[in-house]
Amino acid sequence: MAKKRITRRQFVAGAMASTAVIGMPYVSSAQSAGKLAVGLWDHWVPGANDASKKVIDAWAAKNKVEVTVDYIPSQGNKNLLTIAAEAQAKAGHDIMAMPTWWPHAQSDLLEPTNDIMGELIKKLGNVNGTTEYLGKLGDKWLGVPATIGSQLKGPCTRIDLMKQLAGIDIQALYPAGAPPKADSWNFDTFLKAAEACHKGGKPFGIGLGETSDSVDTAGAFMQSFGAALVDAKGNITVKSDAVRQWLEYSVKLAKFFPADAPAWDDASNNKWLVAGNGALIMNPPSAWAVAKRDAPQIAEQCWTHGFPQGAKGRFAPFLPYFWNIWSFSKNKSAAKSLLVAMSEPDAIAAFVAASGGYDIPAFDKMTTLPTWANEGPPKGTLYHYPNPHNHQTLSITAAPAPPKIAQQIYVQATPTKMIVRHLQGEPMERTLAWAEREVEGFLR
Amino acid sequence: MVDATVNAAAQLRRVKQAPRSRLRRFFEKKSTIAFFMTLPLILLIFTLVIYPAFYAIYLTTLNKRMTGTAWMRNCSYLPDWICTYIPFGNLQFLLTRETFWMVFWQSCLFAISAVILKALIGFIVSHFVHNVPSKGQRKWRGMLLVPWVIPAAMSTLAWQWLFDPSYSAFNWILAQFDIERISWTGVAPWARFSVILVNIWIGAPFFMIMYLAALKSVPDQLYEAAEIDGANWWQRIWYVTLPMMRNIIAITALFSTIVTFANFDIVRILTAGGPLDKTHLFATWAFRLGIEGGDIPLGATVSLFMVPILAVAAAFILRDITRRGNEA
Repeated sequence: MAKKRITRRQFVAGAMASTAVIGMPYVSSAQSAGKLAVGLWDHWVPGANDASKKVIDAWAAKNKVEVTVDYIPSQGNKNLLTIAAEAQAKAGHDIMAMPTWWPHAQSDLLEPTNDIMGELIKKLGNVNGTTEYLGKLGDKWLGVPATIGSQLKGPCTRIDLMKQLAGIDIQALYPAGAPPKADSWNFDTFLKAAEACHKGGKPFGIGLGETSDSVDTAGAFMQSFGAALVDAKGNITVKSDAVRQWLEYSVKLAKFFPADAPAWDDASNNKWLVAGNGALIMNPPSAWAVAKRDAPQIAEQCWTHGFPQGAKGRFAPFLPYFWNIWSFSKNKSAAKSLLVAMSEPDAIAAFVAASGGYDIPAFDKMTTLPTWANEGPPKGTLYHYPNPHNHQTLSITAAPAPPKIAQQIYVQATPTKMIVRHLQGEPMERTLAWAEREVEGFLR
Repeated sequence: MVDATVNAAAQLRRVKQAPRSRLRRFFEKKSTIAFFMTLPLILLIFTLVIYPAFYAIYLTTLNKRMTGTAWMRNCSYLPDWICTYIPFGNLQFLLTRETFWMVFWQSCLFAISAVILKALIGFIVSHFVHNVPSKGQRKWRGMLLVPWVIPAAMSTLAWQWLFDPSYSAFNWILAQFDIERISWTGVAPWARFSVILVNIWIGAPFFMIMYLAALKSVPDQLYEAAEIDGANWWQRIWYVTLPMMRNIIAITALFSTIVTFANFDIVRILTAGGPLDKTHLFATWAFRLGIEGGDIPLGATVSLFMVPILAVAAAFILRDITRRGNEA
């Protein structure tokens, strides 16, 4: 009986076929029935979750995929805990909404989305620089920029108080439906306005605490001076002239903030505006939305607009969310298909409308939706919120440092701590030396 | 003949039953029954205590990216076996951070001052309650326990409003008397005072109820004898009450020290560690580093740093209690 010899090619082909057969149960396309678990950010706007549920349900029905959606709140960092737990367990949702720094923090466990991002960019326009900085590792897209939850923390000014106390007509600088005419809206003007409003008993409500709102504002000012604590290559640049200039200016400005600004959290500035205590805060339109409900006479006087111009540009804090697919997901192709459906122009417009204009898409072509032009009172108050004329650079505190270092600077609130230390009388060089030691620790 | 057959059959049955009897005997042993009755608890403790503890220790040995081991660096001053084979890289890094030492000092300040004050207030209030006629005592006991039974997170939220930077109710009261407002959570000394005060408010009833139970167990004859001997109020406290309550005081203090040292919710809600990290405790700082900062190994190292400190304190106090128990 002649023995049949197996050639090397036949062996390789056989092995590949076997692998494919073994792996088959885990391969499911969007067209096949399958399951998908989605963890989305629980929106603070009542009813906003319904918009995402509707889009997801329509996609699920069309593709015969059984989708379960969990809305995970960010209060108490519940979403961060869930992300950390799923990363440790390597199990959980297939798609997970991750804020700002988390795609980079979990980059080893995320499925690249280059294949769908290429198409989305072609269709919806380029994404802003901050989204790319936070959402991409080298050439690899770590997820898809999410409309839901992405926000810009620009100034929200009391039209009446700013006019009355500082002589600035903010609506003339940022007219509704037209490009900004804000050349005079610079750091000198801002400082003078802060002083005037402080003297008038309506100080700017800007915090110096360790939570996001305070850190975002401090970081945007820092970038407008061209300052950074760590550069893009990871070198410490704390003791630079730009950082000194920023710190000097920030302390001058902070003297006109409320005395308890170092204790502020992310709710303090909202309360400040709604209570009618101040002429300006730095916040997305959530504070205005609460005022619309609880203090309509104050909401009618609010105008959201751009940051003042600094020596090196006009920077505004942008905090994007991402929808990421875990690498341990068993239905990646369906997950990608769903993310494309959630990034369709109609879906984006629905999310923005449901959030009352709070959510901002990261894509260029999607920043001129009618919601922002129509929201009010006063009508057009949100027109400039999504930066429709690319009038300012959207940024995040601690950029351009490598994201894993920047995250530490951001979370530890190093910029606001520097301001508070110097404000409380610590000599500048000692503050810089302290910051340098802190940052050295973040580089480990 | 018949007898022989019966005996043989019985013998055969015994032989057949022998293994079953051994098994039955094993299951009928008191130690086996005890083991199986405690098995659910053993499994629970293994799942909820032992496994997480060892997992936390494992986490402390990992580098920041959790892709390898956190070995120590530049540690030639240490014996080679420590420097080369023990993954104390995270601990070594922590010991060089000034914030870590500040948190260490703050945790000690917080725990020691809060426990002493809680014990003092608990002791005084328990005497007041003990002297209330038994008819109305239950009401007082119930009312005084309220701060302890309300979930700490909820009551701290109420305190947060009282200490609010801009709308503090306390400041409103101060303003009525033309006293300058206080930045309760914005300035380090006041922020530390505030978190300690809330901890005392929540924890003092626990001391009160424990001391009250201890007071009730002191025989009246001892006080009568002391009174006959001419002991005054202070001498009765010093020579009768305190010695009789010593073990309860020690156990309560130990328990409270552990819980206070590991406190999270009060600081997290009231100040989130601010201003300038001046109210962080080990647990809140571990959360900041591990969960918010994404450096889980470093966060685990901070939280485990408490273990040896508390273990030493527990060993001393328990040794003292055992010694006194043996003397008795």
